[in-house]
Order: sequence, then structure tokens, then C-alpha cells
Amino acid sequence: MNAAEHLPALQVVLPLAAAPLAVLIRHRLTAFLLVLAAIWSAFAISVLLWLQVGDSGPISYAIGNWPPPWGIEYRVDALTALVLMLVSGVAAVVLPYSRASIEHEIASDLHYLFYAMFALCVAGLLGIAITGDAFNLFVFLEISSLSSYVLIALGRDRRALVASYQYLLMGTIGASFIVIGVGLLYLETGTLNMMGMAIRLQGLTGDRAVLAALAFLTVGISLKLALFPLHQWLPNAYAYAPSAVSAFLAATATKVSVYALLRFYFSIFGETAIFQRLPMADFMLLLALAGMFLASTVAIFQQDLKRLFAYSSVAQIGYIVLGISFDSVTGVTATLVHMVNHAVTKGAIFLLLGGVMLSLGGITLTRVQGMGRSMPLTSFGIVLCGLSLIGVPGTAGFVSKWYLILAALEHGQYWLVGAILSSSLLAVVYVWRFVEVAYFRAPLPGDEVRREAPLSMLIPAGLLVVATIWFGFDTSLTVGIASDAAQELVRSGR
Amino acid sequence: MSESLVVHPALVMIAGALLLPALRGSARDAGVLLVPALTLAALLALPEGDLWQMQWLDYQLAPLAVDKLSRLFAIIFALMSLAGGAFALRQPSRLEIPAAYLYAGSAIGVVLAGDLITVFLFWEFMAVGSTLVLWSAGTPGAWAASRRYVAVHLAGGVILFAGVTGHLLDTGDASFTRMQLDSVAHWLILIGFLINAGAPPFSAWLPDAYPEASWSGTVFLSAFTTKTAVYVLLRGFPGSEILIWIGIFMIFYGIVYALLENDMRRILAYSIVNQVGFMVTGIGIGTEMALNGAAAHAFSHIIYKALLLMSAGAVLAATGRRKCSELGGLFHSMPLTTICGTIGALAISSFPLTSGFISKSMVTQAAIDGHLQVVWLFLAAASAGVFLHAGIKFPWFVFFQKDSGLRPPDPPASMRWGMIVFAFLCIALGIWPDPLYALLPYPVDYVPYTAAHVITQLQLLLFSGLAFFVMLDYLKRTPTITLDTDWLWRVAGPAVARVFAAALGKLRTALSGEIDHGFQSLALFISRHRQPDGLLMRSWPTGSMAWWVMVLLLTYLLLYYV
Repeated sequence: MNAAEHLPALQVVLPLAAAPLAVLIRHRLTAFLLVLAAIWSAFAISVLLWLQVGDSGPISYAIGNWPPPWGIEYRVDALTALVLMLVSGVAAVVLPYSRASIEHEIASDLHYLFYAMFALCVAGLLGIAITGDAFNLFVFLEISSLSSYVLIALGRDRRALVASYQYLLMGTIGASFIVIGVGLLYLETGTLNMMGMAIRLQGLTGDRAVLAALAFLTVGISLKLALFPLHQWLPNAYAYAPSAVSAFLAATATKVSVYALLRFYFSIFGETAIFQRLPMADFMLLLALAGMFLASTVAIFQQDLKRLFAYSSVAQIGYIVLGISFDSVTGVTATLVHMVNHAVTKGAIFLLLGGVMLSLGGITLTRVQGMGRSMPLTSFGIVLCGLSLIGVPGTAGFVSKWYLILAALEHGQYWLVGAILSSSLLAVVYVWRFVEVAYFRAPLPGDEVRREAPLSMLIPAGLLVVATIWFGFDTSLTVGIASDAAQELVRSGR
Repeated sequence: MSESLVVHPALVMIAGALLLPALRGSARDAGVLLVPALTLAALLALPEGDLWQMQWLDYQLAPLAVDKLSRLFAIIFALMSLAGGAFALRQPSRLEIPAAYLYAGSAIGVVLAGDLITVFLFWEFMAVGSTLVLWSAGTPGAWAASRRYVAVHLAGGVILFAGVTGHLLDTGDASFTRMQLDSVAHWLILIGFLINAGAPPFSAWLPDAYPEASWSGTVFLSAFTTKTAVYVLLRGFPGSEILIWIGIFMIFYGIVYALLENDMRRILAYSIVNQVGFMVTGIGIGTEMALNGAAAHAFSHIIYKALLLMSAGAVLAATGRRKCSELGGLFHSMPLTTICGTIGALAISSFPLTSGFISKSMVTQAAIDGHLQVVWLFLAAASAGVFLHAGIKFPWFVFFQKDSGLRPPDPPASMRWGMIVFAFLCIALGIWPDPLYALLPYPVDYVPYTAAHVITQLQLLLFSGLAFFVMLDYLKRTPTITLDTDWLWRVAGPAVARVFAAALGKLRTALSGEIDHGFQSLALFISRHRQPDGLLMRSWPTGSMAWWVMVLLLTYLLLYYV
């Protein structure tokens, strides 16, 4: 057997193994290099897997050579490849950034732990995406969640502890709901393999246990997804975590939950009659709209930039879920494109904010006034990403909103176009608050001199900013994979 | 033509604009002149046709498409940037020239775009660039004006974008071709275009904003936005009859307000609306002659209007005064500026042997050829009006008239050369129109210098000149009243307001109680929720989060089971 066949296993195993090694080494530079190597190779593997999927269709890999009904199956299709590349790609950018960033935010004897937890979190998120086994998904979800609680708690701000604790409680509730849901499904179908479940569920229409499973899974995943009104753990967790952690989690954690939702909805329940006759879509539409408007409104009134953009994340998740609620190829394409575009945009913003935190020592709106002069590159980057959040043509955000609008029109829901556009106006307001403070107010005394963040932080952030603009023009990668994946998902459902 | 020479001129200009702030001293001066020169060279090297193709979303884009019409506009835009850059070389604001080049580059991008999406993208960049130009004047007036300006243009951009989106969804085709006014989308596109052209009822943004820019900024502003709008109308809506009447309205709006105005640059700003009116009318007539005329008029208009604004800018830079009533007699010490300003004034009045004559007369001729007697009559009357407000009023009150006692010197060399080159072009095009005619989109079958044309035009000018000096006493009184249009705000406005107030008084009192109450409770609501412990603002305790989880679970179960 050659190594290429084992790529699906290596995808998860490399970062998973790097974590305990990093703990054993206890030396921060070595730990950093080790984790870096693991994550960069994970990224390379994800790209290889994507190419393989493109060439020869979905890959099925049996762990330990136990064939699927008995053993755990890893399954890579277009959707999985997209999420794998997103997670490992963002991790590959954030990790080099984190080295300079945590220098100021985490006590240096804890650095090796940070790297270990980071690797573990990446392994967990990659595992959620790649596994074809419902229980295994729960296990990886716990791995990523537990490690992210630790990562958040590493923040120097003492409120990070409370935030992490709240996230832990909520995350645990969510995870237990998911495991209850998976358990019920197992009871009803007798298998944990997703493909197997999907086949056996077809015969079970109107079964109450299956309906309960769906409800538990929906609520559990919605919690991890931070779907309004279950988003309350998110702003504090993002706001008080170390900058690199905020950026990584904002870009990937909720996106992987979106993946899990899509998987359960379309791949597992998709072929059952249950899914189509439930008022599911309408209810999700309602929550999505509430998230879009209320969270954006709350974002407008925030004083702390990290919280401001955290609430904006909740609003953007509204757009993502809105796409799912259309239950059409265009809608799911919009969801996936926005998942990637928002990950890149928000990742860039949080990385840039980390630089601001480092240089100015604070990120409240009153602290950063006049930063257009002292940190011109950083400010400009945030403005560009802000434009993408608004959805200005020429940025990534526009492309995803374009597809959302297409999906809404396809559905004949013209009023939704108005809703999408008017919630974008709220984004204009909160982005403008930053612009006004950064460019139209005089810098605080002592801030007049130039002081950008170090290059090792600016370059990763810059990469993501460039990607934000790039995906606004060249949509072949994002829309290409997303529409392939959407067709697979929705076709398997029809 | 080898492939390697296909460089997008707009990108050359925009890249130059981004590089300029990094340069200092003489390298910067060289850069200011080199960037438009290189743009022009890149432009002249382009063959015709769709040179760049790309796929975006599901649409075929052509970001670089060249034909005679787009080349004509791109050439004059590049020339304008060159002369404007020279004129503005000693402008103390370091932001202005880069902003102006971003603006000019985007305008070139619009005219070289073969599809609506690229048009829209550069359209927005143009709004940003021009706002920055306005902004760089650095005065509170310019700041306030730039905010109104950007609001109008962003609104216009949104309307245009809605139209473009509708067009894409209707047809699935992004290419920028002639459109009929047969759908909401096309009307929206037309409105978006017309807002930039300064058409009513949105024309107020132009005279509001342009005079607030710096002495060199106005020169740039006058050239690109409205002329780009003329270009897109030429390409998108030639022969739409509604444009004739919109154009005629603009012509007279410009004349009336310019005659009432006292600020020299505001006079010229109103006359932009007026001159664009001629072009829009030509586009509305829609025959080959008329379209040629509109394009040629845009070309020559950019030159003489920039020349006029340069001379006004030179006066402003030297004296710091803008109002006609405070100026006068400057020909003593500013002979060159006086000559250049007068040449510009003659050109705008379409004096034979100037560029205005050989271009505007094509539009009037097209009206005759199309048997549009009424339109022709309006155009002829307007020609006389142009001479009154811009041809005589501007130079007379600024350079001659009573002696204001000011003796400022002519401007420095860089500004002088900017003016001399454009003054030369005004005359040269008037004497040898053939090179310009060769650039026009359709073959030209028109001889400007026939006895009938020249005599008609001279008669018109003679009589309106006569009228000016006969009524000079009346017109002279204008400066003693600080602003004639003030009357509108001071007397007419309040009178109208009183009528309305009387009629609406009862309704208002009835409503205001309600509205006040509404606002108060809204404010209360917001302040309650804005506070750190407001409902949406505070961090919820974990218990209430868990409560929401249960609520949601029960809702789902209920929804499923029922």
C-alpha cells in the first residue's frame, strides 16, 4: 500500500499525534515547529485529497481495514474536501501568526500547551469533516470543543475564564443533545455509519424517535453553530480569547458546525419523507432573519471591536443558515460560498485586531481612534474586510450575497432580497463606526507615530485580506467546489 | 500588434495613482506628468475589439473593449489628466493628484469597459476618487460638500447596481450594448447614468460640490464624471427621445442659474450642466450626426471647460477670492490668464475658429436634419444664452469691468503651461477640425465652415453680446446683491413655506404629538438596550442560555409532532 491511499487517515492523525508530542517536548520553539509541520502537511494533504476527489469521485477509507458497517469509515467528497481545505488552510495561516501574538498574551511557560491544544483543535475539526460515522463525529466534536475551551481560557483577560466556562457549559449541553440524537438514530437504524443510516431511515417515516433525534440534533448543532438565539456564548468567547484563537475559531469552528448540519440534514435525513413535510425551513428562515437583523443591530452598539465583529459573525451565520433554509442547489451553494468567504474575511479581521491589540494595547473604539494614521495598513485591511462583510462588489462577501439573492429569487421570495439588502445596510453602519473612529478622529496622544504590528503577524493577516479580495474576483475555486458539493448534497436528498 | 502591448490604460493610471504618494521632489513631478503620458501611450497602442475576456460568476466579462467611441473618450480623459496634472503640479495637497488620477483612471476604465459589471465597478471607484479630490481641498466647506456629494453618488450607484442586476437576471448577458427603455431594470440604469450626468432633479449636486474643491481640484472634477455619463448614455441609450427634453431642460437650467450666480466657479459649474445638456440632447436625437456631435462636443467641452476653470483657478490661487463682485480689472497684471480665459470663453460660446463651433454646430445641424424645429429653436436660443453667462459674463466680471485694485501676477510656469496647451488646442481644433472628426464613431459628412453656419452663429453672438452690454446696468447690479439666488431662499422660499405651513399647520400639530411620542419611546427603547445591561447587550447568564436551548428544543419537537 502506498501512502496516497492513507491520506484520509493522515489528514487527522498528523495533527492529532502532534498534540501529545508537543506536550511531551515542553519546549515552545520545538513544539511550535512540530505543530507547524503537522498543520502544513495537513493542509497539503487536504489539497491532495481535493484533487483526488476531483479526479476519481468520493473516497471511502476504512480505518484499520474494517469495512464500513463494522468499522469507522472516513469519507471524502467535494463538501468534505472544501471544509478540510478551509480548516487546515486557516490553521496554516493562523499558526505562524500566533507565535508573535501569544508572546504578549499567554505566559511563556504555557506556550507549548497552546500549540498542543491548537493541534488538537485542528485535528478535531478536521475529524468532524472527514468522518463518515455519526458517533465518531461526536467524538471529534468533543475533541475540538474541549481543546477550544482550553484555548479560550488561556486568554490573559480574566473574563476569558468566565467566557470559557460558559462556552463549556453550553458546548456540553450541545454535545449531549447531539449524542442523544445520534443515540436515538442508532436505536432506530442499528448502524452508526452515515450512509447506512440514510438508507435505513427511508423506511421510517413518521417515527417519533426519529423526529426527536432530528430535533435534538438540530438544537445541539445550532448551539455549536451559534444560531440565534443560541449565540450568547460566542461574543464573550471570541472577545476574551487570545487573538490567534479568536481568529481561528471565528474562521473555522462555526463553519464546521455548518458542515455537520448540512451532513445531518441533507446526507442523512435528506432522503426521508420526514424532512420534506416538516415546517423546518420556515422556522430556520425565521431564526436566520432574526440573527441577521438583531445581531447586526447589537453589533452597531458595541464598544469593543472584537465583540462588534463577534456579533457580526452571529449575523453572518444568519446568512449561512438562510441559504440552507431554501433547500435548493443555489441556496446550499450560497451557504457554502458564504461559509468560505466569511471564514476568510472574519479570520482576516480578527488577525488584524490581534495586531491592534498588540500595538495599541486595547481595541475599544475609544482606544483605536485615529489608528488610520498610526496603523495605516492594518486599518485599511479592516476596512477592506468590512466592505466584504457589507457585500460590496469586488469583495468575497458580494459573491456570496449574490448567490443568496439568486436563491431567494429562484424561490420567488422577493421580500427576502429586500431583507438581505437592508441587513447589509446594518453592516454598513457598524463598519462605518470603525471607519469614522479610525480615520476621522485625532489619534490619542502618543499614537501619532507609526507602529504597525510585526511582519510575522501582518503577512498572515495580509494573506487573508488578499484572499478576501481575490475570492471577490476569481470565483472559480469557491463557487466551483461549492456548487459541486451543493449538487451532490441536494441530489442525494432528492 | 503583438499581444504584449495589450496593457489596460486604466490600470496604468490607477497604478500610477497608487505609486505617486511614495515619490518625493522632482521624481514626483516627473511621475505626475509621466503617468498620464504612459496611459496615453498604452491607449494608442491598443487595437480595436474585445481585448480582455474573463468569466465572473456566470457572466462573460470584457474589461477591456476598444472601439472608436471608447477610444475617443479615453484619449481626451488621458489628455485632460496630463494637462490637469501639470496645472496642479504646485498644489500643496499631496492627496489631490493621486486621487485625481484614481478618478481619471476609473473614468478611463468605464469608457473601456465592454460589460456592465466592469462599468459599475469603475463607476464606484470614480465616486471614491472624485470624493477624495473634493476632500483634499481641506476646507470645512469642501468637507461638507464631499459628504453630500458622496451620498448622491452612492445612491446613484445603488440605483445603477439594481438596474444592472435586473438586466443580468432578465437577459443573462452582461455585455454593455444599446438598451431599450422597456423594463424597470433599464430605467434604473438610465436613472443611475443620468444622476452622474447632472440631469434634473439631481443636478444640484454638481454646482454644490465642484466650486468647493481646491483651485486645481475643480479642473479635474469638471472633466470626468459628467462626460463619463455622456459616454455611457451614448453607448447605452442613443436615440431615446426622453433624453432630448432632459437635455433641453439641463441647458436652460444651467443658463438661468449661471446668470443669477456671483461665484465665478459656480457660474462655470452651472455651465457644465448647460453644456452636458447639449450633449444629452444630441444623444436623444440619436442620428449619426447627432451622436457624432455629442461625442465631439464632449471632447471639445472638456478642453475649454478645463481651460476656463484653470483660469478661474489661477485667479483664485492668486487672490483667494471667488465672487465676481470682488474681482475685476485683473487683465492689468494677469495678461496670460486673461487671454486663456477669454479663449475658453469664446470656445464655450462656439465662436467660429474655436473648438466649440465645430462640435456644437453638429448637434444643431442634426436637429435641423431631423426636422426637429422646436428643438432647434431651443438650441439656438440656448447658444445665445451660453454666450451671455459664460462667454461674456465670466471674463467680463473677472478680468475687466471695474478695477478692483488687485494686481496679482500670472501663475507659476506649471499652471501657465497647462493653460497654454489647452488654449492652443481650443484654437487648433477650431481651425483644423479634421483630426477630431477622424476620431469620431461615425464617418463625418459635415463642413462646419459654410457661410450660412458662420453667419448664423455670428449673428446670434452679436445680438446676445449687444444684449449683454445693453443690459449691463441690470447685470452689474448682480454683484451688489451678494447672491441673486438668495432671493429664492430668502423671499420666495419662506413665502412658499408660509403657504405650506398654513395648509399643513393643523395636520402637523396633530401628527407631531404622535411622532414626538414615537421618537421618545424609540429613544427610550434604544437607550435602554444600549446600556451595558440592556436586554440584547448584556452577557446572558448561563442559566438563561440553557433556558433558550430548552425553548428551542420544545419548539422543534412541537413543530415536528404536530
